[in-house]
Amino acid sequence: MPLYLEIIICVSLLIGGAFLLVGSYGLIRLPDIYMRLHSPTKASTLGITGVLLASMVFQSHLKGFLSIQELLITLFLLITAPVAANMIAKTALHQRTKPLDKTKNQELIETARDREVPKPPQD
Amino acid sequence: MKLFPMPFHSLLLFVVWLLLNNSISAGHMVLAAFFAIAIPLLVNGMRDEHPKILKPWLAIRYVLMVMKDILTANVEVALLIVGPIKKLEPGFVAVPINISSDLGITVLASTVSLTPGTVSAEVSKDKAWLYIHALHLDNEAELIESIKQRYEKPIKEIFGC
Repeated sequence: MPLYLEIIICVSLLIGGAFLLVGSYGLIRLPDIYMRLHSPTKASTLGITGVLLASMVFQSHLKGFLSIQELLITLFLLITAPVAANMIAKTALHQRTKPLDKTKNQELIETARDREVPKPPQD
Repeated sequence: MKLFPMPFHSLLLFVVWLLLNNSISAGHMVLAAFFAIAIPLLVNGMRDEHPKILKPWLAIRYVLMVMKDILTANVEVALLIVGPIKKLEPGFVAVPINISSDLGITVLASTVSLTPGTVSAEVSKDKAWLYIHALHLDNEAELIESIKQRYEKPIKEIFGC
């Protein structure tokens, strides 16, 4: 395998790995469920894309033709990640999971759970 | 009965099948063609009416813009996670939305989830408010304005609703 291909594969693996690591680290580090949701939905999309990019280059070189099925995986991930995040957020609302105390606009949790229209601010 | 009740979906199935198998051999072409004809015929009766994409070019530009935003979102969120947690000020925001179709709202909610620092949590029953959670909320009005300008406006134009 030529050197430039090896460099491309290594760089995308490293970038992907770094983002996946940060995404998982966020799961331990962030204090409440709503904040924890952010780390796998976002930091991981780029991580997976990096790993798949490396796989795409490697497989294309190995087989001798352009391998693009990895793009399909990225696409499926982009479609499913927000839906999963949305369902987890909904579940957290219904389980009445306590958000972090300093969370702003906590009165919205009540109306969001019942899918009501937000009450106008009282001032 | 029409042979292709959903022409776009047929094409999509054909291409996705070939991509999944990573091959353009004759056997897979025949299988792909079979699925492209059979699956739409089977599911045609079960689908809801969706608004059509009125402006395909705008749709492509929107997808490219969202991809760019996903890139910046990843970096931004990664920095927030690694940075000082105590300084983060999470918060809920209710964004007034003005899209009538379910598909449009789904696209908007998904984009909001994939872009910087926000995850959509719920939609009000009258489909006029989108509840989102922001990882770091410093200016509520600005966030609402940017979502409306950057994402809602093009979606409204694309689906014409």
